[in-house]
Amino acid sequence: MIPSAFSYHAPTSVAEALSLLQQHGDEAKILAGGHSLLPAMKLRLASPGVLIDINQIAELRGVVINGNVNIGALTTWSAIETDGELASVCPALAEAVALIGDIQVRNRGTIGGSLAHADPAADAPAVMLALNAQIRVTGPGGTRTIAADDFFTDMLSTALEPDELITSITLNKLGAGEGSAYSKFAHPASRYAIVGVAAYVKLSGGKVSACRIGVTGAGPKAVRQTAVEQALIGSDGSAEAIAAAAAHAGEEMDILGDIHASEGYRRAMTKVYVKRALTSAVARAR
Amino acid sequence: MATITVTVNGKPHTNDVEPRTLLVHYLREQLNLTGTHIGCDTSQCGACVVHLNGQSVKSCTVLAIQCHGAEVTTIEGLAPQGQMHALQEGFWEKHGLQCGFCTPGMIMAAADLLERNPNPTDDEIRHGLEGNLCRCTGYENIVRAVRYAAEKMAVPAGD
Repeated sequence: MIPSAFSYHAPTSVAEALSLLQQHGDEAKILAGGHSLLPAMKLRLASPGVLIDINQIAELRGVVINGNVNIGALTTWSAIETDGELASVCPALAEAVALIGDIQVRNRGTIGGSLAHADPAADAPAVMLALNAQIRVTGPGGTRTIAADDFFTDMLSTALEPDELITSITLNKLGAGEGSAYSKFAHPASRYAIVGVAAYVKLSGGKVSACRIGVTGAGPKAVRQTAVEQALIGSDGSAEAIAAAAAHAGEEMDILGDIHASEGYRRAMTKVYVKRALTSAVARAR
Repeated sequence: MATITVTVNGKPHTNDVEPRTLLVHYLREQLNLTGTHIGCDTSQCGACVVHLNGQSVKSCTVLAIQCHGAEVTTIEGLAPQGQMHALQEGFWEKHGLQCGFCTPGMIMAAADLLERNPNPTDDEIRHGLEGNLCRCTGYENIVRAVRYAAEKMAVPAGD
C-alpha cells in the first residue's frame, strides 16, 4: 500500500513549521513518528496534500527533569522508556510506555504525535489525565498551555487548533506519599488497549487525599473517572475501599463494543483494571 | 521527485524518490535488496524490520525521504558477503524457521535486541520480538536460535 501523493517539507525550526502550517491550511498534516499517520495514509483514511515532517526540529526532542518533568513533543517512546530517572519520578508513564506496541513502534512513535492523534485506544491519553499533564502548544497567536482534562474532546479530536503544534508536555514529579500506575488489557496483536487505566493516588495521614484516574480504550476518548475518585478520597485506601470505589468505574462514560470486546465486557473489564491500577498506585504511595 | 542519499549496508546510494515512497519499497525496488519482506504492510508483523541509524524500525512505516543522510542496515548487510552472522547461524542450527518469510525481520529485530541486551532471558527474547509475527514455528525454535546467537557472540573471537 502506498499513500496518495503529497508534497513534503522538513522544517528545521518551530517558526518555520508554523508558517508552513499557515500557508497550507487544511491541506497540511504534521508528520512526527508517523506510526498513526502513515498507516492511515496507506489505507487512504487520510490523504493530506502536504506533509510537514518535524523530525529535523531538534528543540522538540528530549526529556528535562528539574522541578517538574518536561518532555519534548518529538521525544520517542523508546527514549522515554530508557530514561531511568523518568521511570522513578513518573512510574505510571514508564509502565504505560513499555506496553506501547512493540520496540519498533516505540523507536518511531512520539508522545506529541500520539496526543495530537488522540486514538481512542492509545495508552498515553489515560496517563496524561491521571498525572494532570499540561500540554504546551504554539501557534500563530502565541503559546498556550492546555490541561489534559481539556485536551481530549472526542474520538480522534483534541483542543489543538489546526494551525497549532504541540511543543512539550509537563508532568509533576511524584513526591512522598504519592503513587501512580498503569494497568492494561492489551489486544494481543496490535497491543492497543482494549481497556487501559492510569491511576494517581496521594495519601496523607493514612487517608487518600487525592486521586485521579484516566481510562482509555473503553470508549470514544480517554476520560477521567470522577465517581471512582470521589468514592476513594477520604478512605483508607484498603482493598475493600478500592473495590467499593472501582465498582463505580465506567458509570459516567460512553463505552463502545467492537469485534474484539463487547460493550458489556469492556464495562466489566474497566472495573477490573481500575481496581488493579488503584491497588498498584496505593501500594506505591505507602 | 526528490533526491536522497542513504548509506545502505555501508555503501552510499543516491536516488530520486517520490515523497510517498516507503523505505521498504525503496530498498526492494530501487536498490534490489529483496531480503527485506513486506508482510502485513500495517506495521504489525515485522517482516520489514531494518536498522535505521542503529535502531530497529518497520520499514513499511517510514518514508524513504526521511532517511536522507541516514544509515540503513538490512539483512543483506548484517554479515560480510559469504559469512553468516551468529543469528543467521542460530536460525539454521536451531530450525528457527520453516517458510522463512518472517526470518529477515525476525533476525534484524533480534540483532537489535542483542545489541541492547547481550544476554537476554527467554522472557526477554519473547518480549523483545513481540513486534515480529511467525505463523510457522510457534516461536520455540526462534527463542532457541536467539539464545544460540547470544551464547556464541559472548565467546571472544579466536576461542
